[in-house]
Amino acid sequence: MVKEQIKTENLNLWFGSNHVLKDVNLTIYEKKITAMIGPSGCGKSTLLRCFNRMNDLIDSTKIKGQVLLHDEDIYAPSAQVTQIRTRIGMVFQKPNPFPKSIYNNVAYGLAIQGKHSKHEISQRVEQSLKDAWLWDEVKDRLHESAFSLSGGQQQRLCIARALANNPEVLLLDEPTSALDPQSTAKIEELCVNLKNQVTILIVTHNIAQAGRISDYTAFMYLGELVEFGPSDQLFTVPKDSRTEAYLTGAFG
Amino acid sequence: MISYKDKLFKGITYVASLFVIVFLFGIIYSIFREGLPLFNVVSIKEFLTSTEWYPTHAEPEFGIYTLLLGSFYVTLGALLIAIPLGLGSAIFISEVASPKLREIAKPVIELLASIPSVVYGLFGMAFLAPLLREWLDLQTGLNIFSSSIILGMMVVPIIASMSEDAISTVPKSLREASFALGATKWETITRVVLPAAKSGIIGSVLLGFGRAIGETMVVLMVSGGSAQIPKSIFDSVRPMTSTIAAEMGETVIGDLHYQSLFAISIVLFIITFITNLITELVFLKRSSR
Amino acid sequence: MIVRKTKNSLGIAILGLMLFFTALFLIVFLARIFHMGYDVLSWEFISSPPREAMTAGGIYPAIIGTFWLTVVSIAVALPLGILTAIYLVSYGKPRWFVQIVKIAINTLAGVPSIIYGLFGMAIFVNLMKMDVSLLAGSLTLAVLALPVIINAAEEAMRGVPHEFREASLALGATERQTILRVILPTAFPNILTGTIISIGRVAGETAPIMFTAATFYSRRLPQSPFDEVMALPYHIYALMTEGTHAAKQVPIAYGTALVLMFLVLSISAIAIAIRYKIRKTRKW
Repeated sequence: MVKEQIKTENLNLWFGSNHVLKDVNLTIYEKKITAMIGPSGCGKSTLLRCFNRMNDLIDSTKIKGQVLLHDEDIYAPSAQVTQIRTRIGMVFQKPNPFPKSIYNNVAYGLAIQGKHSKHEISQRVEQSLKDAWLWDEVKDRLHESAFSLSGGQQQRLCIARALANNPEVLLLDEPTSALDPQSTAKIEELCVNLKNQVTILIVTHNIAQAGRISDYTAFMYLGELVEFGPSDQLFTVPKDSRTEAYLTGAFG
Repeated sequence: MISYKDKLFKGITYVASLFVIVFLFGIIYSIFREGLPLFNVVSIKEFLTSTEWYPTHAEPEFGIYTLLLGSFYVTLGALLIAIPLGLGSAIFISEVASPKLREIAKPVIELLASIPSVVYGLFGMAFLAPLLREWLDLQTGLNIFSSSIILGMMVVPIIASMSEDAISTVPKSLREASFALGATKWETITRVVLPAAKSGIIGSVLLGFGRAIGETMVVLMVSGGSAQIPKSIFDSVRPMTSTIAAEMGETVIGDLHYQSLFAISIVLFIITFITNLITELVFLKRSSR
Repeated sequence: MIVRKTKNSLGIAILGLMLFFTALFLIVFLARIFHMGYDVLSWEFISSPPREAMTAGGIYPAIIGTFWLTVVSIAVALPLGILTAIYLVSYGKPRWFVQIVKIAINTLAGVPSIIYGLFGMAIFVNLMKMDVSLLAGSLTLAVLALPVIINAAEEAMRGVPHEFREASLALGATERQTILRVILPTAFPNILTGTIISIGRVAGETAPIMFTAATFYSRRLPQSPFDEVMALPYHIYALMTEGTHAAKQVPIAYGTALVLMFLVLSISAIAIAIRYKIRKTRKW
């Protein structure tokens, strides 16, 4: 029995006069991996960034419709943006560790909340690094700069950093596009492993990747959600001709 | 709780940024408040066009024409020296010199830009002026010529470093395109690089002009200080800035002489303000491209 | 072809000549200051007050005066400058207000230093009744340094990659936490260099302190912020234009200039060295 985690209702988004998302109705299920695919510029990254309100940072953004986290509208006037972002973590396309030590990168989210003891923080840091399969590689050099890590390690550090907040949902925005195949494989494996503890949404332009790791897939095209369903169905018997065209490489 | 702290912090930064505006208005307010009353006694036309500057006579005269002229001559002389030297050095450094020389020259130029003007003034007054007087058999070495040289050398680092920045942002591909068409280095510089860096170079010259016309210590120490219409470049002049600096100490707060010095500063402010505005426009044009 | 080749060589030779003249002047200039200044430099010169109406003795009170003027003015301008830069970079709304602030910064940066002096005299010395004092001079210099510091801080903060800000906000940090914990620490070395450069400028300014802080001759050190002070740049000017013993005063002026140049240039050299190091070691 799957439970709903996030649900959008008639979600529309404009950047200035540019209508980027059109009437998106999408349901994300708890503790599953949902992949969002589609050609560049289809709005998949923009949709992802709606879920933790990162689009707020762009001045000209206008949003209509609802995004419900369980039953709570995250765009309601009473909603606390910072709290939403602790509940819904995010990892970006390019690894973006802070110019701080490995330890302080992971501790950052807890440190800013200012309500955790040092002991608690160090335990969470260790646990998060273990969850991100990074602990063994860095446990002896926690206080070295995060930039001393390789690209793949940096991305796993960013995952650990997001996990430290104990999020319900993890948003991954093309997390492996800047990485080599080996690091990519490791992160894919990691994602599959992590779905026991967190709902994962991953934007990818790599169809094969979506097929390998996701339980559900959403195909977007020109700002619309064209098709959504269990991945094995969507990849084998797509209902929409546009989905089929995309999967067979006809465009994008 | 968190949002209260955030609002407070934002409020503090907002208030801090108000200070710049307050200071600018403070400057404008103070010079206008102290300077404008002069024009109850002296007409603006007389102030700007009369050649008689006798602020301390029994029947004082407040014509700043000779002071304006002094400022412009010295500034013009300084730019005549600083533009070729500054621009020439900048082009040489970025287009001709080896990377090693470039790496040394850039910081050295920056370092020179930080030499205090009073030290330049000292050099002009104690070294250059006596030397020129002896060589050229002049009455005084403190004149337009010597102050232009010193002021010019002071402006060279400004023009050199800013136009070097402008030149080095010209894309390499433009140069390569020109060379590939068989152009020589000189042709590439004059027909491709310089036109492409034009607005930055003009900006650097305007900035140099603003610095030169507003500079006090060098002209105070080296220009000689006589309020007359110069007949040659070896005559002394009394630029506006040095008049203010030299005479403020003799005034009584609020008297006509005091007001007239502030009135000069209004003229100076307007000149630099307009220069600044034009510079801005030149740069805005560049950044929007 | 030969004509073009000749033109090319000639043009480049002229450019080289320009650099040569510039270098020549600067070498003569520096050599003169160092040579003449070195002759009077001694421990006594930098550690004792002037004597016999500035014709003998040292410049200790002027060194101390310049030190305090610089420290107080930077202490005032630095927090104001950084906070303003934070506003411009991180909040930046409403747009029209930011535009006005920027115009004010650029205009302030172009105001001749003598006008700062008049402003300080009219406002701090006379209106606020601080008299000619260390405080009035420092505040005047602070206003002068402010645009330089804001520009340096703004540029440094804009140089912090956007990704850091995004990462911090995505972890649930507020804008303030992002600024204080990520952006400022990352931008700090660059803010530091900009500030150091403005310190050099403040220490060397003469015109702004002429009517607000400086005194020709003082054998004692300032006892409070309301005392007038001696200052190195003003001391050079005074030695060259006041008094009657030029033969004795000019060498002292050179010595003072050497000390001032040493201070200013070493401060700037530190800043340039730090920046060079940052550029080499920066990882993002």
